[in-house]
This record gives sequence, C-alpha cells and structure tokens, in this order.
Amino acid sequence: MTTPILSAKNLVKRYGRVTALDHCDFELMPGEILAVIGDNGAGKSTLIKALSGAVVPEEGEVYLDGKRVSFTAPTDARDAGIETVYQTLAMSPALSIADNMFMGREIRKPGIMGKVFRQLDRKAMEDFARQKLSDLGLMTIQNINQTVETLSGGQRQGVAVARAAAFGSKVIILDEPTAALGVKESRRVLELIQDVRDRGIPIILISHNMPHVFELADRVHIHRLGRRLCVINPRDYSMSDAVAFMTGAKEPEPQAA
Amino acid sequence: MSKSDSYEDIVKTRREENFAEFQDEDHGFMHRVQHTLHVTPALVPLIVLVISIIVFGALLGSRFFSPFALTLILQQVQIVGIVAAAQSLIILTAGIDLSVGAITVISSVVMGQMTFRYGIPPAISIVIGLAFGTLCGALNGLLISRMKLPPFIVTLGTWQIILASNYLYSRNETIRAQDIETTAPLLQFMGTKFQIGGAVFTFGVVFMIVLMLLMAWILRHTAWGRHVYAVGDDPEAAQLSGVNVKATIMSVYMIAGLICAFAGWALIGRLGSVSPTSAYEANIESITAVVIGGISLFGGRGSILGALFGALIVGVFTLGLRLLGADAQWTYFFIGVLIIAAVAVDQWIRKVSA
Ligand SMILES: Nc1ncnc2c1ncn2[C@@H]1O[C@H](COP(=O)(O)OP(=O)(O)OP(=O)(O)O)[C@@H](O)[C@H]1O
Ligand SMILES: [Mg+2]
Repeated sequence: MTTPILSAKNLVKRYGRVTALDHCDFELMPGEILAVIGDNGAGKSTLIKALSGAVVPEEGEVYLDGKRVSFTAPTDARDAGIETVYQTLAMSPALSIADNMFMGREIRKPGIMGKVFRQLDRKAMEDFARQKLSDLGLMTIQNINQTVETLSGGQRQGVAVARAAAFGSKVIILDEPTAALGVKESRRVLELIQDVRDRGIPIILISHNMPHVFELADRVHIHRLGRRLCVINPRDYSMSDAVAFMTGAKEPEPQAA
Repeated sequence: MSKSDSYEDIVKTRREENFAEFQDEDHGFMHRVQHTLHVTPALVPLIVLVISIIVFGALLGSRFFSPFALTLILQQVQIVGIVAAAQSLIILTAGIDLSVGAITVISSVVMGQMTFRYGIPPAISIVIGLAFGTLCGALNGLLISRMKLPPFIVTLGTWQIILASNYLYSRNETIRAQDIETTAPLLQFMGTKFQIGGAVFTFGVVFMIVLMLLMAWILRHTAWGRHVYAVGDDPEAAQLSGVNVKATIMSVYMIAGLICAFAGWALIGRLGSVSPTSAYEANIESITAVVIGGISLFGGRGSILGALFGALIVGVFTLGLRLLGADAQWTYFFIGVLIIAAVAVDQWIRKVSA
C-alpha cells in the first residue's frame, strides 16, 4: 500500500469544554481528491487547521510524506507546500487583491532596490495576480489594485482559491470553497480543483454540497462529533447513505472505517 | 453520481470571458470623490492644510504668508511631528501609545545625563539614549504582543512608570543650555538653524520631513509595511495568510520607541536644555495629529503623511490664531472641531461601494 502524503493520528483539540477534535485520524493519499463532510460543528475546520498549522493540537501527530511534522504557524505548513483556503478566507479587506495574494511571500525587486532596500516588485506581483485570476476566468474584476473590501463575497472566495491554487505545491486544502459562489463560478472552482489534481497535487475539499462531493471526490471522509466516522468510496454509496452516516441516522459497516 | 438534476450543465462548457480591466464606471461626482479619497487618504488633511494656509494668509497677509512665518510653524511642530510618525505606526496596527511623550523626554534625559553625570562622549550618549528609547518601546511591544494585554492599558502603565523613572533618575534637574553649548554641542545638533532665503530651517525640521517620507515609502513599498496594515486590519486573517503578527507588532513598538528617542534628541535642540518636565503634551498632540491626518483609530487604514499634515494643520491654527490676537482657547476649540470632522469624514469615506 502506498503511504499517505498527509496523515494524522489521534488529534485532540479542545476549546474550553467543547472537544472539537476527539482522537481524530486522517489520511490523504497521493494524487487524490479527498472530500471531508460532516454536520456543522463536527470539527472539520478544526481538523484542517490542525493540519495547516493554524491550530496546534493538544495531542496527536501529523505526518507529511511519512515524516513527523509539528507546524506551529500557518507559514510552517505553507513552507512545506501545504496551501489552505480557510472558511473565513483570511484576507485583509483594506489591502489590494495583489497584496493579499502575496501576503507573507512578497516578491522583491531584483538588484539593490530589492536586496538592500527591500522594495517590493509591484508590477511582477500584479501581473501574476491578474494572470491567476483570469486563468480562473472567475470574475470580472475591474482592477487588480482594488481593495478586497470592494469585492463581493464570491469574488473574495475566488481570489482566495486562486491564491491557494497558485502557490500550493504539495497539498491544497479548501474549506468550503464554493459556499458563496454562483453556479457558474462554482463550476470554475470545481474545474480548477480537477486541474490541480491533474497536476498531481492532492486536495482536501470540505463541502456541504453533496453533488459536488460525489462528482469530484475519490474518497469521502465522513466526520462526526470530532472524529473520523468512516471513509467511503463515493461509487459504492449513495448521497443519502453519506448523509445518513454523517447525521448518525445510519451506522457504517465496520470495514468501511 | 446519481440522478442529480442537470441544471449545472449549461455552465459546464467553458467559455472564455472578458477580463475587464480598469473599467471604472462613472458613478457620478460624489462617488468619484469618495473613491479618490478612499484610495488616497492623505488628501483630505492636505486639502484642509492648504485651505487653512490660504485663509490665514488672506486674513493676516505677509505677517503669516511669509517664508519666515511658515517655516516657524515647521519648527514649532517638529517634536509633535516626529512623535506623530511613531504614533501613526502604532495606530495603523490598531494600537495606541500613551507613553510616547514619556519615552521622548526620558530619552533626552538619558542623553544629557550620560554626558554630564558620567562624562561619556556626547555621540555615544546619543546612541545610548536612542537605544534606551527602543528598549522602552520593546517593553510595550513585549507586553502587548506576547502577553496579549490591550495597548491602551499597557501604555497607560508604562507612561506612568517611564515618567516617574524620568523624574527620579534626573532628580528633576534641568541641564542648562549654556553648559550643553560649551561642553556637548552635539546634543543640540538637531536645533542647528540654516536659512534659505527668508525661510529658516533646523535639522530637526529636516529630520521630521525626511522621516515621514521614508516611513511613507517603507509602509507602501516593503513587505513589512504591508504587514503593518494587514495586522491592523484583521490580525487573525493576517496570521492565517502568513504574517508573523507578534513579530510585526513587536517591531512596530520598538521602531516607535526609537523614533521617540530621536524626538528626544530634537527636543534638546529645540529647547537648548535638557528638561525632565518637557514634552508632556506630545501624547495627546500626536494622537490629535494622527486623527486629523485621517488615520483610522481602528487600524489598517490611512497614510502616515496624513499625520504630518495633521501636525501642520494644528501648527497653522496655533500660529494663525495667535497672530490674529485671538484667545489661545480658540485654538483648542478649532482643533476639537477638526478632530470630530476628521472622524466623520473617515466614516463617510469608508462607506465605499464597489
Ligand atoms: N476559536 C474557537 N473557539 C471556541 N470554540 C471553537 C472555536 N473554533 C471552533 N470551535 C468549536 O469547535 C467545534 C468544531 O468547530 P468547526 O469549526 O471545526 O466545525 P465545522 O465542522 O467546520 O463546522 P461548519 O460546517 O459549520 O464549518 C464547534 O463546536 C465550535 O463551536
Ligand atoms: Mg467549518
């Protein structure tokens, strides 16, 4: 059996008296699209935050390429090639689209202006951002220098997805990337997800949209009450089975877990 | 995939879409004004500054509208202007620093005492004073970024602590201007005057202007500058998108401390002497300059040049009203009006629609 590219064992995270992660296991295989589904508050976002360094779990281990890692900040995970679109999008509203795309990984000018004076290469960043957004064909953004607060919710989501897709080299994590998107825009993001997978990069997709999950996912991780209930193959189960597992209306057969 | 209906099929075929660039539509005059102000936040205080110079110039003629009087304003605002640069950085991160005045005066006292009590060469005393100011800033930064205490409370505390230390350490003694002039003129360097035509400048004034331009450039053109804005805007989002929030806040308070120490040096130049009771007004005046300058107290918005214009507006009103023979209370009256107007304009500008 191949080793998972990203995996976790026994993750525990508590918020006061709420146990958001309760000895949770996780596995992402190379090249796959893994959907994570579960009720509101099941702990999906907390799980991916523990994988991306945004939350430090109290117990448990995370492995990347079979090697133990302990990320203490999102930049740690990012440096390791894990790129995340958070549910809250993590954008600075008063800064421009280009600024946001390059936050924490800015390009500096060549020569002494960049090396000594650390001047940013705005043109390079703007061109790159414009290119990525038009590749995505996602939105009719008027000006790459416009502030993010002037974008609609869906446009913001598009920018966040473009940012992750542009920089992710090992794993891309998407926490409800289509929640605010229109039908057409959602479709673009789904295509983008497939493009990324075709580039060989595995994806973790959190979504409440069952048709999308069943269309894209190679495997579906069902999350319930802070832990992995089971992993199913979407070709062996129907959407209503998945929803039944997720809500506790039905128990999965033991071998599925 | 089961028989989900096929409403999405229509969009499954990919169509190239126009990526419309720079197509700012015409939304009418007010909207354009609002947009322009939103993009260039220092414009409002600049306009107010120019108008107030014109009005006082018209009322007072060449008594006010002369190179001498206008550069006198620069000299009068230099300390507040330098401190306002420090205050701007901090307010951009959604913080506030009530200890800026105290850091300014204690740094000047340290510079003076190093030279006169311990006989250290003035150049080294100045470096020690600058380092001490940075250290005070670091103390604020540490308490705010690591211990997560609110900036208002932390600096309310350090203000008292630093100011009390200042009196205790200096034994409340002033170092006289003549003594400094004869043994350590370097301490008064920032007060050195030079003339261009009728205009009189000091190195302190030049320092203030260069500092403001430099900080404006750094905030706009370096990653650190962008991070300062991001941290003030939404610290959680900044952290998730790869900004080291703690380090950014720490560096901002340290740089603010250093700038205040420079203000302390300029203070010696301005007064001639080292006085532990000076610069007490720098706190409230620097915050006033920042607010009139259009920097949002909620962080993440505004331009540091606005704070320079804010400081100059206060200077113009102070001198203009004095030359008009008005009661000094009218200055405070108008400054109060300006503060409220500035905040109202800030609110209006932020109601941008795409
Ligand atoms: N920062 C926090 N502070 C306190 N409690 C939190 C925090 N973040 C999450 N929780 C709690 O942890 C639990 C899991 O939350 P999480 O956001 O992981 O759920 P989720 O599965 O992503 O839900 P949704 O589908 O609504 O996004 C919830 O009970 C939530 O209230
Ligand atoms: Mg969630």
